[in-house]
Formats: sequence, C-alpha cells, structure tokens
Amino acid sequence: MTALTIQLSGVSKHFAGIRALEGVDFACHSGSIHAILGENGAGKSTLIKIMSGVLQPDSGTMAINGAPVRFASPTEAAAAGIVCIFQELSLIPDLSVADNISLATPPRRFGLIDRRAQRRRAEELLARIKCEDVDPNATVRELSLSRRQMVEIAKALGKEPRVLILDEATSALTSRDVETVYHLLVELKEQNVASLFISHRMQEVKRLCDTLSVFRNGQHVETFARGARSDGEIVRLMVGREVDAQFPPKPERPRRPAHLSIRDLSWENRLNGVSLDIGKGEIVGLGGLDGQGQKELLLALFGVLRGLRGSVTLAGRPGAPASPAQAKTGAMRIALVPEDRKTEGLMLPMSIADNLLVGCYDRVSNGPFIDQARARQAVAEGIAKLGIKVGRPEDAVATLSGGNQQKVVIAKWLMTDPQVILLNDPTRGIDVGTKQELYRLMRELADEGKAILFYSTDYAELIGCCDRVAVMYGGAVIAELEGEAISEEAIVAASLNVDTRTAAHDAPVGAVAAAAVGA
Amino acid sequence: MNARPSPVLAGVRHNPGFAIALVLFGALYLVYNMMHPRGFSGAVLIQNVNESVAIVFLAMAQTVPVLMGGLDLSVGAIMTLTNCIASELVIGTPGQIAFGMAATLASGTAFGLMNGLIVVYGRLQPIIATLATGAIAMGLALFIRPKPGGRVDDDISWALTNDLYELVATYGWFDADAGWFQPVAWIPVPLIILVVIAFGVWLPFRRTVTGRTIYAIGSAEGAAFMSGLPIERAKIAAFTLAGFFASCGGLYLAIQTSSGNADITQAGAYTLNSIAAVVIGGTSLLGGVGGAIGSLVGALILRVISFYFRILSIDPLLQPLVEGVVLLTAVSLGVFRTLQVKNRLDLFR
Repeated sequence: MTALTIQLSGVSKHFAGIRALEGVDFACHSGSIHAILGENGAGKSTLIKIMSGVLQPDSGTMAINGAPVRFASPTEAAAAGIVCIFQELSLIPDLSVADNISLATPPRRFGLIDRRAQRRRAEELLARIKCEDVDPNATVRELSLSRRQMVEIAKALGKEPRVLILDEATSALTSRDVETVYHLLVELKEQNVASLFISHRMQEVKRLCDTLSVFRNGQHVETFARGARSDGEIVRLMVGREVDAQFPPKPERPRRPAHLSIRDLSWENRLNGVSLDIGKGEIVGLGGLDGQGQKELLLALFGVLRGLRGSVTLAGRPGAPASPAQAKTGAMRIALVPEDRKTEGLMLPMSIADNLLVGCYDRVSNGPFIDQARARQAVAEGIAKLGIKVGRPEDAVATLSGGNQQKVVIAKWLMTDPQVILLNDPTRGIDVGTKQELYRLMRELADEGKAILFYSTDYAELIGCCDRVAVMYGGAVIAELEGEAISEEAIVAASLNVDTRTAAHDAPVGAVAAAAVGA
Repeated sequence: MNARPSPVLAGVRHNPGFAIALVLFGALYLVYNMMHPRGFSGAVLIQNVNESVAIVFLAMAQTVPVLMGGLDLSVGAIMTLTNCIASELVIGTPGQIAFGMAATLASGTAFGLMNGLIVVYGRLQPIIATLATGAIAMGLALFIRPKPGGRVDDDISWALTNDLYELVATYGWFDADAGWFQPVAWIPVPLIILVVIAFGVWLPFRRTVTGRTIYAIGSAEGAAFMSGLPIERAKIAAFTLAGFFASCGGLYLAIQTSSGNADITQAGAYTLNSIAAVVIGGTSLLGGVGGAIGSLVGALILRVISFYFRILSIDPLLQPLVEGVVLLTAVSLGVFRTLQVKNRLDLFR
C-alpha cells in the first residue's frame, strides 16, 4: 500500500458554545501505530469523529497527502480508506454476524446479496482475528460484549482500511483477544496501514504504539515518539497537574466477619459453585479472564437471574434477592453499578436529576407524591458528593462526558444508602482523573462500613484497590489472594488456572504464566 | 462451541413467532376442513383464498414499515383508493385492461412513495404522517367513487377468482380438459397470485442492501447510520413497497367484487387487522425481526378464525369479541419464551 499522511490544520469544533476542539494541528502517517491520550472531554472522540466523517469541523481543513478532503458521512471516509471502530458499537443486533460484517457493501450476485459468499467472507475475516468460534449465522444479539467487539473489528477489517481508528476497542475484550488485536495491529503496520489508537490503558499504549499524542481541553498538547517521555510526564501532560499516588493507601485491619456469604452458587452453565465471603468495610476484587462468570455472579446477587442453586446469606439472613427492586430495599440494601452504563445504568434522554432520583424515590416522597424540595436537595447532595461536573441538573444526562455519566450512576446508587455495593467494571472507558476519584471513593465507602464487590478487567486496579481478590475461572472462584499475595503474576496465573501457591512464590512459574498470555 | 446449528434452526430460534404461527395456521385450517361439511374440496379452498387475498396483501404492506420500527396507518386507505381506481379503469379491450391494472398498481405505489418522502424529508413520525395521508387517500377515493359501484371486466373477474381450470377455459389458451393439466387444474388462481407476489417480490427484496437496511433501522438506527447504510433510501423504499402491496390488495378487491367502494369503516378495519396479522406472524412491533411471509401466515390465521364463525354458527354480533380474545391468545403465545429467560436483564435488551 502506498504511503499516506493525514494532516489536520486548525480544526475547531464547538457544541452549543462548548469548545470540543480548538485550532488543532495533527498528523498521522502510514506504517505507524499512533496513540491518542487525554482525559475524557479532551477532544479525542471529537477528533476521530471528524476524521471518520461522523462530524464536520466548524473551521480548519483536513488533507490526505496534501489534497484537501471533506467527509460528509462515515461512508465517504470509508471510501477514502479511513475506518473507525467506535466505542459505541455500530452493529445491528438483530442481523447475523455475516450480515453485519458485510453490512453496507455485501457481495452480490445478480444484484442480490450472495449469502454464501457473504458467509465465506465473514469466516475468513473472523479467522484472521482468531474468532473461529463465532458462528456467522448467529445474530449479534446472542453474542457477548467481547465477541461483539471482535465482530466489529472484523467488520472494519473488511473495509480494507488505510487508516484504522480504534476507540477504546480493547476495553471490552478478553486478554486472549487483546493479544490477537495487538498482533493484527503490528501486521497492519507492516502493510503500511496507519492505526490511531485511543486507550486509557498505559501499559497497552507503551507496548504497542510508536508515536503518542496528548490532548487536553480540546487542544493538541504534544506529539512525541515512544520512550521520549516518562509515565509521570505523560500523566502530567494529560491532566495538566501533578498526580499523587494513583491508588489510596490500604488500611491495615483484621479480616471482618462475613456480611455477605455465598456458598456453592450455581446458575445454568455459567456459575459452577461459587463460594465467597465479603465483610463490612472490605473491598473484594473479582478477577480472572473475561467471561468466567464474574458478571453473572454480580447479576445473581442483584436478583436478576432466575433458577439459582446454592445459598446466599446476607446480614445473617438466608436467601438471594428475587428482583432488583427487592435487592435495593429492606434489609438487603444492595446496589449494582452495571456493565453498560448507557443502557442499564442511565436513561440517557432524561435529566441528570431524574437519573439520580430513580433509585430512591421512596426516600424523597410523601406517599405517592414526590416532594420537590427534598428531591432537589437529594440531587444537590449526590452531585456534590461525587463532584459531578454538571451545568444544570435539568440537562439530559447524555450531555455529560463518559466519566461524569459513570459518576451519576454511582451517585444514584449511593443515594439509596446501600450496604453492599457491586461494581461491574466501573472504570471502563473512563479518564485517568475520574478513575482516581473512584478509587478514593471506593476506599471511603469501605471505611464507612460498606461491603464492596468490585469486578475489573484491569489487573492494576484489582491490585491497587482491593483488600482481597477472588479470581474466577470456569464459573467458580479458584483462588483468593490477600495482602502481599495480590500481584499481577498471581492473578494471571490464577486466571489461567495455574496452581497459584507455586505461582505466587516461584518466579519461574510466574514467567511461564506471563509467556502464556504472550506478554 | 459445539457443532453449529443449521441456518433453518437458527432462524426458528431467532424468530419463534413465525414457527408458532405456521403450526397454528396448519392446525386451525386442518380442523376447519374436518368440521366443514364440504371440507378438503376445491370450492371451499377457492372461497377461502378469495376472502383472504386482500388482508394478506395488506398484512405484507404493513410488515415493511413495522420492520423499520414504524407503522403505516394508510394501508387500508390506499387499498380503498386503488380499489376505486381499478373499478373505473379495469375494463374494455385487453390493452385497456392491462393499462388499467398497471395504472392501479402505479398509483398505489406512488402514494406509498409520497408517504416515504413525507416521512424522510418532512421528518415526521410515520404514524402521524400516514394518519394524515390515509385521510387524504380516503378523500380521493370518495371523490372518484362517491357511491359504491363501477365495473370490472367480467372475464378477468371470473378467471382470476377461480381455479386454473376456469382461467384456461375462460381464455381458451389450450384444452382445459387435457389429461396432463388435471393434477394442477384445481389450484386457485388467487393462491398463485399471492405466492408469486409474496415470494417473487419479498424474498428478493429482503436480499438487497435496501431491504437489509430496513431491518437494520428497526434494530439499531444509530448503528445503521454509523455503518454508512442508505437510511433515507430504505425508508422511502419501505413505504413505497407498502403502497405497492396495498394496491395489489385494492386491485384484487375490485376484481373480486367487480366494483369499487370508498368505505371508511372497511379501510380502518383493514388497517387494524393488518397490524394484528403482522404481530401474529412473528414480526416485532419494535422492528428488526420478522418478515412479510410471516405476516402472510398471520393474515391467514385471522381469516381462518372468521371462517369458524360460519361453520359454528356463532352470533355475528359476538364476532369482534371472540376475534379480540383469539388475537390476544395468539399474540400471548410468543410471550411464553420470556418466562423461560433465566437472565431477566435479557428481557430488556
């Protein structure tokens, strides 16, 4: 493929008076993997939406190899070879995987879609990213989030991109798929494709990208080669201020008696005898590879799943909640920050105030009527407690950045005064600054005596935040790590079902485990 | 993962409503024929098909906007309008008759196109836009035919509403008593018309990018846009196709009754029944799942139910009540699978 340079000059974009991008000069070149770093609201999403034709700049120009271009739609950008894998998936849930991969430009025979050729094409593309387990005839609705993301990548590959933009494309993936994507990007680099890579995971960026660009407040701060800046310097460039220790210190305290006790919990073929205790004031992490039953465990504890076997004891009383409505009220007081904040956590078109109140109407109502004064006060307290950056509480929650949206979800649940807090990967797709605020908040809540169960796909978070980490494998907890034993090697080893006792103490086994994930 | 299910099985799992409807129809029609004094005879079949053609076409018309997550409240009115047009034009020399039929179908299709243009470029909700254009279509129909009447060529009328034997005999294409012809001579012509149009128009359409885009819009419009699908073209095509199917219904109704009738009540009833047929046939009112063949079966189920009234001699005054209960029951069948969902969050995704 021929060399190619995309150059943006003086690009600005405003939304309702708010500056999203201001006079950005930016270039990326073929044969490179280029990371874009920045907090939420820094302008990364706006930048890639302009490059991929979703948005048009208010001013400034874009040029490919010096020739000015202007894309009116994603189709035009794709025709020019610029393909974006969006964070919000662009898949059609009710169509099959094969339909989705060849969605806009399917192979045709006599003018009609050639389904056999389309299926073959899907199989080829899926094989290229090692997803042979995905059935091209299955509808996308039937797939897990991580599989959907891989289908999304296959779809983008099918457009034969010259510039591939990945917006947090690895955040929903399993470790194995992440490795596959890494290999793919290196392969594409050799084929002279330019990759733009947006990620909040520093490790990933440092390993993969040769060029890094930092954005802050809608402006392009600096572009530099990998290794030219230390981690500390990069973080300072992103937040524009010194950041102290990323994780709050863990208090030394004896293990608490169990507040929530789970014994041999099973459901369908996804949970196979989970046993775990969580005490008040404890943060217990859930680790392991994606799809080992962590999400199902959280849903089970929140009363979403039917047909549970085994026992759950909460505050001395046996029995799991029968529904989310029961889980959040009465003696149980459980809160769940769900996997997908856009569909399960928030009602996007409704106001911030309405979203904050949905969980706790019983606390601000007199009989059937909502007490406006108490509701306003509760909203103000919720916003203040989490430091949510809002214009007015009456604005639609969709107008907030991802990090602030997640804060709304958490604030909503804190307003119900929960005793048990279940967190499903709450920092996914959130900027560094907000992540640190959430870590501090979790520790504060634990100090107040809440029992916290925290699932994260980011091992660093588990290590930094948790008093204990339960690693799940095949629908059961196969290892519990505590105190000094919580290390990346130990979690990885347990995730791969390597004997943890030897792995935690013997360096060679840790090295084997690291090699197994291709690190 | 184990061996992959066949595409057919995958289809049944994805849309069990269609499979249920098919089985239900088979059972209902079998029992009906067993109870009917002249069951399993050609005459009964012809009569039944004739009474089903219009609602089947309307159900197929309604399917296309519903798949997109919309509703077309004008299908009944378009049928009535084209019915009145046909009662003026489908008469005279063979050339005039052919022109009249073509003009009838073209006018209904054009009306559908207009619906599509209004929805896309007027940025109106389909349900409101078609409520208004439906009234316009009724007005035009009343203008063309203030009182019931008109005429349709007798030969066409006879030949297209009977079996193949009568079609051949009417036009004398060959000896209708020929031995080789007998195995197929009993097949009703309207059944052939239905099958040819349903499979000849819908199945190829479903395999175009436009057709797929209609499903994509109903399933996730944002994702469809981000994937660069031709959303506007698909919306216009959906309403145009609805207009075409509705005009097929109107034309056939004119041929069958040999007249035109701008009956407002009838137009409304047909529109509502078309929605019921679509739902019974397994198409989701939320869009994205289903198809016109399902609606064909759904419409047939509605019709078979009304046939039962005759043989069971139920008081006609009770008919709406019984129909409502049966409709509710049929639609509820699709709900059973939600009782088996173990992850209740899946119900809301």
